[in-house]
Amino acid sequence: MNSSKEILGKSHGLDLEIIGLSKRFGDVIALDNVSLRIPSGGFHALLGENGAGKSTLVKCLVGFYTPDAGDVLADHREVKIPSPREASQLGIGMVYQSFTLVPGMTVAENLVMSKGSLPALINWRKEREQLVAFIETLPFKIPLDKFAGTLAAGEKQKVEIIKQLYLQRRFLILDEPTSVLTPDEADEVLGFVKNLATAKALTVLIITHKFREVTAYADDVTVLRRGKFAGCGSVANLNVDQMAEMMVGSPLAHQPIARSIVPMNLELRPYLVVEHLHARGDLDQPVLNGIDLAVRPGEILGIAGVSGNGQKELVEVLLGQRKKSSGQIFVEGEPYSGTRAEISQHKVIMLPEEPLRNACVASLSVAENMALRNYDRPPLAKFGFLLNRRALNQQAQRYVETFGVKTDGINAKMQTLSGGNVQRAVLARELSHPVNLLIVANPVFGLDFNAVAETHARLLAARASSTAILLVSEDLDELLELADRIVVMSEGKLVYEIPADQADIRVLGHYMAGGHLEERAVT
Amino acid sequence: MTEVTESLGWWGLPIAILAGAIRASTPFLLVSLGECITEKSGRINLGLEGVLMMGAMAGYGASLYTGSAWLGVLAAGVVGAALGLLHGILCSLKRVNDIAIGISFMLLGTGLAFFLGKSLIQPQAPTLSSIPFGFWSDSPQIQSALQINPLFLLGIVLAVLLHFAFLRTRWGLRIRIVGDSEDAARAMGFRVVPTRIMATVFGGFLAGVGGSFLSLYYPGSWSEGLSSGQGIMAVALVIFARWEPLRCLWASLLFGAAGALGPAFQAMGLTSGFYLLNALPYVLTLVILILTTAPNRKISGAPGELSLVRQ
Repeated sequence: MNSSKEILGKSHGLDLEIIGLSKRFGDVIALDNVSLRIPSGGFHALLGENGAGKSTLVKCLVGFYTPDAGDVLADHREVKIPSPREASQLGIGMVYQSFTLVPGMTVAENLVMSKGSLPALINWRKEREQLVAFIETLPFKIPLDKFAGTLAAGEKQKVEIIKQLYLQRRFLILDEPTSVLTPDEADEVLGFVKNLATAKALTVLIITHKFREVTAYADDVTVLRRGKFAGCGSVANLNVDQMAEMMVGSPLAHQPIARSIVPMNLELRPYLVVEHLHARGDLDQPVLNGIDLAVRPGEILGIAGVSGNGQKELVEVLLGQRKKSSGQIFVEGEPYSGTRAEISQHKVIMLPEEPLRNACVASLSVAENMALRNYDRPPLAKFGFLLNRRALNQQAQRYVETFGVKTDGINAKMQTLSGGNVQRAVLARELSHPVNLLIVANPVFGLDFNAVAETHARLLAARASSTAILLVSEDLDELLELADRIVVMSEGKLVYEIPADQADIRVLGHYMAGGHLEERAVT
Repeated sequence: MTEVTESLGWWGLPIAILAGAIRASTPFLLVSLGECITEKSGRINLGLEGVLMMGAMAGYGASLYTGSAWLGVLAAGVVGAALGLLHGILCSLKRVNDIAIGISFMLLGTGLAFFLGKSLIQPQAPTLSSIPFGFWSDSPQIQSALQINPLFLLGIVLAVLLHFAFLRTRWGLRIRIVGDSEDAARAMGFRVVPTRIMATVFGGFLAGVGGSFLSLYYPGSWSEGLSSGQGIMAVALVIFARWEPLRCLWASLLFGAAGALGPAFQAMGLTSGFYLLNALPYVLTLVILILTTAPNRKISGAPGELSLVRQ
């Protein structure tokens, strides 16, 4: 790694310490008294579920957020980072999940322009010589003259990392850097960064969902859970199950949830059947690798898993938004592809995450949003085309009362409602009519406590009226509370299945973390 | 032009078209170069038609009162820059749409120019003189065809300079970054709004100068029908040119040649049908807009932040 030392000149990894960092947004405590220390040349992993506070923590480090309390020490000196400029002066750089390359400029232009100070007239020959000399010291090649917009995601991510190195960063934050990379590309990129860290040329903080990357590259790990410190340790002394347990919560913390599970009628024919389903992702990589599942009427099937293991794509295929590459989907025994006719025939309803964005038209009124399903049918439509405003308003008034939607009247715009009330409005729209199959994805993401409880109660009520429910969630607590059966999804496969009342959170965590791979290696 | 065609026979046609193309392309060239800068920064200024008219009026007025055509050109540019500044600032306000502002500027500029220019219709102001590039030829026809106006030459120099600037200067790259990705610009520490305002001011300046060509060179007087939509066609032309200054030059010549066809055929003695040829630039604009705006793909080379092309 002599070459890497050369390219980075005299710079060396920053020693960074965070003490008692806290940040709240309104009533939500995003980060609560979190401390961690990364020595010069360290490779530190930050683990946690979505919303655990990882992004808030790193955004405080790069100056996007100002923490409410707590200190940051760089090389043992206390520093303030009020804006990205100060972060960059300290040598702290971040590689984002979304790309910050200018699509209409070449890679070379992107790299050169990212340097803060440039002469008015750019001497491209000189800049290029420097760039080429720099690129030659790297273990991988990038095309300097291609437009950034035409690069594949993996290449873009490499350019982002190379950009940070070109800027001679001393502390590099990687925010899920491999989510768009193939495993081989991920190893190439992370291996390179790891070597720089080992040579003490760079200190690295990586946010990731992938335990494999933590065990392969990180020295230490810190786990956050709901904004709080949930554990830390040296990767050498921890196994994957222990890390997974920190991430999803200690089994002791769970009180057994009292609920009356009406014994399911196992004689009933499954309403939704999926057989050998395969599908490809946005980058044409396989994301679903042979999914088999069945959901009976009156049953909630919970799909657990760390995000990015194919859950999103499974839901998209079921809704007809993504093409399957092979396999079959049956609803009520008939082949199903998610057309509008099939949806209304089989009474399939979807509750997506972030309802304001994915299930509403924010600028339309509450009444209009509540009529999105049936505005073109009687009684809301006369003669098939004329809107009956009075009927529409009556329906909205009824929904608002029965579902307790808090709004400044039914003519208020949807976007003026709080998150919980948007969810109530959507639930009213979707659950006021008979539903046979309900597909739900992270339904309580970002909702307050009351709205969560109410959403859960509505789902259980739907279950009691013999609706088949497929619940995809990253929150194990939610699944344990609601589901009859839980299956774990990992790398596009269902790797483990257990009735919810027999489920052990430790075992679930083990499989979520890719435990089936170890078993395969053993046998 | 009639003599040209008479003595050179059918050879007169291409020469007449070339001369006409150079003449008619000059306002297109100047306006489109200005609009190119503005659009590269991520804004579209549809108001350049109004700026063109204001420039024509102000240039003519200034030339009349100062006695210097070049001071007229400068005055036209300054008026254009002021309108550009106003457009830039208004568009920087929250929830203000640059296209709507542009259309209102188009109407405002045209109306204001008519109003303020009422007294300029009669008097004759000093106009710009051309540079005789046909001195090598004995043929008076070729000499007259190669009377090149200085603003066209200025436009060529500008096109080359801008092409160079977008590739190699800090300012050029900054405009491109701001126009292509606001996120990236902020991450690099560039201030988006001031950059866009500056780009709109520059675009307004050039459009004003383009307007002064109309009143101070060809046709060389002030009237209300002076522009006939050339400012708005120049905006279409920038899309056709894929936001490249050098291609703006070729596209302007093409539009200019299309505009020169009608008069050239008329000069050839064609008595009917040339009115249809006069409509050619407008047909060209339509065809180009249709060809370049397929709903299922993004126009290549388009600045990513441009409201015209943003998804």
